[in-house]
Amino acid sequence: MRKVLGRGKYDEFMADALAGNSSPTTWEYSPAPETVPVVIPDQTQLYVGGKFVEPRSKKWFATINPATEVTLSQIADGDASDVDAAVSAARKALKPWEKLPASERAKYLYRIARRIQERARELAILESMDGGKPIKESRDVDIPLAAQHFFHHAGWCDKLRYAMPGTREPRPVGVCGQIIPWNFPLLMAAWKLAPALACGNTVVLKPAETTSLTAMRLAEILQECELPPGVVNIVTGAGATGKALVDHAGVDKIAFTGSTEVGKQIAKACAARGTRLTLELGGKSANIIFADAAIDQAIEGIVQGIWFNQGHVCCAGSRLFVEESILPEVTRKLEMRMKTLRVGDPLDKNTDIGAINSKQQLTIIERYIAAGSNEGCTVWQPSEQALPAKGYWCRPTFMTGVQPAHIVAREEIFGPVLAVMSFRTPEEAISRANNSPYGLAAGIWTEKGSKMFDVARRLQAGVVWCNTYNQFDATSPFGGFKESGFGREGGMQGLAAYLSE
Amino acid sequence: MNEQDRLAVLKTWKLFIKGGFPRSESGRTLPLNDSKGALVAHLSHASRKDLREAIESARAAFLGWSGNTAYLRSQIIYRLAEMLEGRRLDLTDAIRCTSGVSRKKAEAEVIAAIDRTVSWAGWCDKFPMVLGSRNPVAGPYHNFSMPEASGVCVVVQGVAEQHSLLGFLSLVLPPLCTGNTVVAIANTEHPLGALLISETAPTADIPAGALNVITGDAAELAGWVASHRDVDSIHAIANDKIASQLRAGAAENLKRVQILPVDEDFTDTDRWTNPRRLAPFVEIKTVWHPSAV
Repeated sequence: MRKVLGRGKYDEFMADALAGNSSPTTWEYSPAPETVPVVIPDQTQLYVGGKFVEPRSKKWFATINPATEVTLSQIADGDASDVDAAVSAARKALKPWEKLPASERAKYLYRIARRIQERARELAILESMDGGKPIKESRDVDIPLAAQHFFHHAGWCDKLRYAMPGTREPRPVGVCGQIIPWNFPLLMAAWKLAPALACGNTVVLKPAETTSLTAMRLAEILQECELPPGVVNIVTGAGATGKALVDHAGVDKIAFTGSTEVGKQIAKACAARGTRLTLELGGKSANIIFADAAIDQAIEGIVQGIWFNQGHVCCAGSRLFVEESILPEVTRKLEMRMKTLRVGDPLDKNTDIGAINSKQQLTIIERYIAAGSNEGCTVWQPSEQALPAKGYWCRPTFMTGVQPAHIVAREEIFGPVLAVMSFRTPEEAISRANNSPYGLAAGIWTEKGSKMFDVARRLQAGVVWCNTYNQFDATSPFGGFKESGFGREGGMQGLAAYLSE
Repeated sequence: MNEQDRLAVLKTWKLFIKGGFPRSESGRTLPLNDSKGALVAHLSHASRKDLREAIESARAAFLGWSGNTAYLRSQIIYRLAEMLEGRRLDLTDAIRCTSGVSRKKAEAEVIAAIDRTVSWAGWCDKFPMVLGSRNPVAGPYHNFSMPEASGVCVVVQGVAEQHSLLGFLSLVLPPLCTGNTVVAIANTEHPLGALLISETAPTADIPAGALNVITGDAAELAGWVASHRDVDSIHAIANDKIASQLRAGAAENLKRVQILPVDEDFTDTDRWTNPRRLAPFVEIKTVWHPSAV
């Protein structure tokens, strides 16, 4: 059954509340588009050895704006020989970069952080155009956090011996191959590059196929900051480019963020040579709401947990466990809140939910929604607001009547789709939350401290958000248990992945 | 009767699973020869089913062992050291029997092994302080990161070349101290130190299933360990062939793998009592809570 929400009494309630009177009123928003122009080149190059170079493959592929389907630029398609050139450049740069006084290395990172801050507006717009995320998120989350990661790690350069207990002179691992996803393009680049560089490594970075523009803009910033040639090399391309990087014998360490499926393939590829590896993979994170929670805050947490960045978040709170006694209240309030979310132009400052990153991802999400419906779940979606004619869109969605065995309760959807389930006891909530091969994150909502700490201890998740959700910080390690990968990014613990004894 | 006239009681060493000492369900045994090639005992030759049972027993014991207070775990490991101290002569003989090293050398290894146990006992309630942190996030949140046991660890001592007793404890104690439960595959050629520890464990109050010890063909068992879905980490001495087999199998469910070379030097106290040894067996969990209203 597909339940299409019409205008009901909760709408009226909301409208009344907003208008402060008893007669139902509609509340219209005027468009508020971001107006700063950003120049996008027709064609991008690779960044190898400190220079922008044509791909040896002589091939390019189009990157589009998922909100308009308009081609933004042609992205260089790096092949194995491009990867080889980049790895050689990184190898050549390694010794001098490692030998540079740590305090000097730090200053390069500080410079990069500053330039990201200074060019934040441009980067945010580019991120929203290329990836489809709402400008308020790229402006307030992605870009500031990317700058913070460089700034925070800059300070670690000359303090590494305090970061690793039991190590007197930690040394870099060497040449790092880093492969990043399309959901937080610049932020993931920062998460990968900043600790690697702080620890004295050199890098070949492979951005995601659909979101290369901010990575190439970052290359410009690196050049502006006079980062020594070869310390960072950026090779754009699709899966084959990433595979060439993983298989390259000159790479000492691979860091990958992406799907668990690809992560396992990479782990297998690294097995023979014993290449060092860190993986930040998929999730199906549980958000647990107890009856003694502050319900209205919890509703905001659910919204933030699943509809932030169109649900294209590896740690999205995609499984909601609600204590049975409050299930009707939570469902009602969630429905009401969901209808206030604005889907549309990512460059509009009022937009809550932007475009789905690609047509391919939209197809996957729609397949999951259909699967949920076929398995007997009730699908809740606001249907009033018109969606733009062009582009890839998915309305915020939640499903009730979900059983643990249902596909939508087990598999990562990577879209704005929430599976709502109920539980009776904390024991049941914990065992069902842990009953997943994933273990990336979890949320707990309760006003009772002892219960919160008990549940936090027993959940198998690398990040546990209590009475909040989807918070990130450069000082806070991020990463998963079980099949959500291994290794941490951020904070003191994140440095270990880029240091050897 | 003179020692030389008396027929020795030829022991068959058994497996240590779930706190008990079963034979291999397969009924298979392996002969164990001393350094001069004379038969001194038989070993149980663990089958795949024995390995699976050991892993199941470790899984069942995990919540209990990891849920204990760190103080209690610390006392239990220290108790193990106390028990081993009383068996110094047995342990010395166990080392000498198959390796043929001098009494002096074997005694030195036993002393080092017991001291190492004491050292790791002390880490139980300290590693969270050293590896954890309170993170100053840029917002009104209390945020801290703590290491936690990752689950079931399989130790493969298999083909280690030296220090069968010290090596066994050095491999087993880091995962055990942090709250992991362990299935250890003893050194194939020099298993007696490990087996004596298994016989000591119950009297040290190590709970049933927290430590399991099996003997058999290490290469064969390693293949089954690699593909087992309910193992969280592997701590192995391995040659290149076994290492790549372990890593490839581990990729199936992303086990954490720490491989050491066959000539690993366990006498390096600084290296082998270092909290960095704990990295593969702990997961960092970061907890956030708002700290402003």
